This record gives sequence, structure tokens and C-alpha cells, in this order.
Amino acid sequence: MTLRTIWRKSLNAAMLSLTGLCALITVSALFFILGYLVWNGGKDLSWNFFTHLPAPVGELGGGMANAIVGSMKLLLLAALFGVPIGLLGGVYLAEFGGRTMPFLVRYTADLLNGVPSIVIGIFAYTIVVIRTHHFSTLAGGFALGIMVVPTVIRNTESFLRGVPVSLREGSFALGANRWKMIATVVLPAASPGILTGILLALARVAGETAPLLFTAFGNRFWSPGWLQPTASLPVMIYTYATGPYEEWHQQAWAAGLVLLGLVLVTNIVVRAFLSRGNSFERT
Amino acid sequence: MNAPFPLLVNSGAAAGAAAAAKLASQEQATSAPGSPALRMKVTQLNFFYGKLQALRNISLDIATNRVTALIGPSGCGKSTLLRTLNRMHETVRQTRLEGEIALDAVNILSLDVTALRRRVGMVFQKPNPFPKSIYDNVAYGLRINGYSGRLDDAVEKSLRRAALWDEVKDKLHKSAYALSGGQQQRLCIARALAVDPEVLLLDEPCSALDPVNTAKIEELLFELKSSCTLVIVTHNMQQAARVSDSTAFILTGDLIEFSPTKQMFTMPSDPRTEAYITGRFG
Repeated sequence: MTLRTIWRKSLNAAMLSLTGLCALITVSALFFILGYLVWNGGKDLSWNFFTHLPAPVGELGGGMANAIVGSMKLLLLAALFGVPIGLLGGVYLAEFGGRTMPFLVRYTADLLNGVPSIVIGIFAYTIVVIRTHHFSTLAGGFALGIMVVPTVIRNTESFLRGVPVSLREGSFALGANRWKMIATVVLPAASPGILTGILLALARVAGETAPLLFTAFGNRFWSPGWLQPTASLPVMIYTYATGPYEEWHQQAWAAGLVLLGLVLVTNIVVRAFLSRGNSFERT
Repeated sequence: MNAPFPLLVNSGAAAGAAAAAKLASQEQATSAPGSPALRMKVTQLNFFYGKLQALRNISLDIATNRVTALIGPSGCGKSTLLRTLNRMHETVRQTRLEGEIALDAVNILSLDVTALRRRVGMVFQKPNPFPKSIYDNVAYGLRINGYSGRLDDAVEKSLRRAALWDEVKDKLHKSAYALSGGQQQRLCIARALAVDPEVLLLDEPCSALDPVNTAKIEELLFELKSSCTLVIVTHNMQQAARVSDSTAFILTGDLIEFSPTKQMFTMPSDPRTEAYITGRFG
């Protein structure tokens, strides 16, 4: 072997091991976080955690039932605000519109996606909290809803574009107008992808803390209705993890695990539901 | 084949023999005195994609309850002509149409486009069933048009007309994608027939199918002729010869020749037609 071949071979081996190492670091970081979360959070997770309110400082036990329900309410509102707008906006981008308007909408959506979440929090604070004079579930849900819109718009658009032209033509040829064609053929055909995108968007905002700090605020008790400040898992984690007490740190870990589980379970349930609906079997 | 069309090269398509025999018997049955009534009439049609002119000065009569075939090399404009007949060209941006197309003596441009497409149905080159059940595919046209009768009966009738009923009657609620390509194409025909169109346009309906399924579809066209006016675009000249009553030969946007199929394939009047159907180009 010449010197040149040896050099080439060793360079190849070096680069290969370097990329492999980087991949390994990425994956192990993920598994480390997951493992650490399960290890630390699992210890303190009990039935009480799901059914009890936070205990007063100094007392042991207690749970985060109010934060779990609070997070669910916030996500429900976020979906109610963000999904219809994102969905219909995506339909507009993919199916209607000329050149400039879709360009503007698409560009704005991408920009909105890059806006720091704390800025969106300030926006929701100005629009909702100041007007209603209350921190509230409504304000928090509004902030999260805004964050859902750009992801859902772009995702819906791309999946609608993936529906073949032949299906649209088939529908037109049977006397459908544009809207009927979209509602009866294109949307159903694209629905699995669209729903997955909605889920991903909701899962992402489920962990948002910054926009909730001064919109939903926090609450150590139950928050009836939609116009009171409410506890949420991410804010609880933030408060407890930065608090001075060891029991709080433990509970913050448990809350992290519950948040992860919540997102995971929703994902699995909706996917199972989707795959059943997609087999065209009638029961 | 007992060679009714001596100019054709016999490709030995088994499908052809039965169909050709049927054509022979059909001819005696339907050769009523006088020319058949007109269903559609194309007059002085010019068609443009942007600045590109795709069709030049086309005039064509489409007879009621007859099969009219459009033949010509790829890109000659035959599919474009077919798509203007139910204004499907309007789904493509920047197209322009000059001239007149009449359906039962009424200009189709003055009709509501959804109403027009209900009367002039279309079957496409590749089977394009919707991602729904077989039943829902056939019922689709009826549902979006607010059909008030019994859907079950209408679906069965359409599937029977498309010669698919016996194959699918036990799995109506299974996905249409579970069917074979040939069955899917017949499902698309059933779907088009469900709204009871007066004219059915077929854009190379067999080009994605094997000979057996092609024969089935061709047989089906014979059955449908009694209740429907058919216009078929085809690449396959034997097919045009087998199934059609009149044939139009189109070359680079011009209608070169339009005559009864038998005449076109035995003694074409234009040398370009003869060159094309004997396989010297295209």
C-alpha cells in the first residue's frame, strides 16, 4: 500500500468514527434525560400525586392534581383557538389564493414560528390579562393557541398538497364544486397526516412555561371555570425545581414524568383511533 | 379475427376477437335508417394553454348512443379535446377556449359547470378511486348532488351496469384500494354512471390495464352504448377499431379526419391518417 492509500483509509475511518460518536452522544443524551426522569420522578410518584392539591410548605405528601387538570384545560383551549385557524389557513394556502397572499401568509407563519414564546406571553398578557384584569386559564390557552397556529398551518398545507391531482379531478368530474371536493375528498385523504401534525404541535406547547408565567400564572388550589389563574405542570416544575426545599425538587421530577406521560398517552390514543378509522371498515 | 379492418396489424389480442364479433352483430342491430341524433356538437374550437395553441379549428359531431373514438400520437391534443367536453380544462390555470361546444344544442359554457359535469361524466387514464369504501365511492356523486332516492338501490344498479356487482357485492364496505386495477377502473366507471350521465368521456381507460381487463372494459362499452353516449380517447388503434362507431384522427392540434370507424380503418381519405394507422409514425 502506498502512503496515499493509507492516509485515505485512516481519514475515512476517522470521519466514520467521528460521525458515529456524535450520533451516539445525541442518542445517549436523550436516553440519559429519559432515564433520569423516570428514575427521579418515579420514586415520588404515587396515587396522591394525581388526586391531591399541593401540600403547604413543610408538610410532606400532597400532589399536583390541580396542575394536571390545569394543563389539560390549557391544552384544550389552545386546540380550540389554534386548530381551526391553522387548519382552515392551511386549506387556504394549499387550495385557494393566488400568489402574493399565500406567500405573505406562509412567510408570516414561518416568522410566527420563530417568535420567542415569552414574547407571545407578553402579547397574550396585553390582549387578555390587562383587558380582563385577571390572570386566567383563558389567557394561557390563548397564548398556547397562538403558538399552535403556524405549525398546524404549514403541516396541513403540505399534507393537502400531497393528495394526488387525480382524486381532485375525479371529484370535479362528478359535479363537485371546489369546497365540496375539498371537504369530501382532499381533507379525508390527508386527515391522518394533518392530525399527526396537530398532535405534535399540541405536544410541543404542552411543555411551554414562559408564555404561561404571566398569563395563566399559577395557583396552589383548584381553579374553577376559565377566568381564574390556574396551575399548570410546566410552571409547577419551574417553581418547584427552583424552590429551596428538597421535597419540592422531588415533586418537580415527578411532575416532569407526568407531563411526558400525558403527551405520550394522548399520542398513542389518537394514533390508535386514527389507524382504526383509516381501514375503511364499517362496523 | 376475420379481418374487418385489413389495414390493421393483427396483434393477436385474444380480447379483440370476441369484441369484433360483437361489433359485427351490433352493426346489424343498430343500423337504423337515417343518421343518429346529435348529442354534442363542437364548432370551430380553438384552445390555448397560455400562449400555446393546443387545438386548432376543431369541428366534431358526437352522435347519441354511439362510441366516438379520438386517436392520434401523444401530445396531439386528443385528451385536451376530451377535457373541454365537460369543461375539465377549467381546473388548469391560464387556459383559453374559443368556439362553441353544444350539448343538446345548448352551449355548455352557458351551463352551470357542476350541472354540466353531472350530465357529462368522465373516467380517467389511471383508476382514481377515492380512499373510501366501494359503496361510498359509487354513492359519492349521488351524495354531493343531494340524491333523495334509496342509495343502496342506486349503488347496486350502477355496479351492475359497470359489470362489477358480482365481484364486490359481499365486500361493499371494504376499501376500494383492495380491488385490482381492472376492478378499480370499473368502479370508477360505476361511480361515473351513478349520477346517470348522458355522455361518458373516457380518457385512455385501459392504458393501465392488462389485456383481460381491457377486454372486460371494452365489452362494457358495448353494453353502455345503449343507454349512454361515449367518447373515448385511446392510444391503441385496434381498440378504436373494435369499440367505436366513428373515429377522429388528430395530429398536432388539427382534426385531420373524422369518419365512420370502418371507413377510417379501411380506406382513410387522408394520407397522414393512413400513415398513422399503418404504424409508419406516432
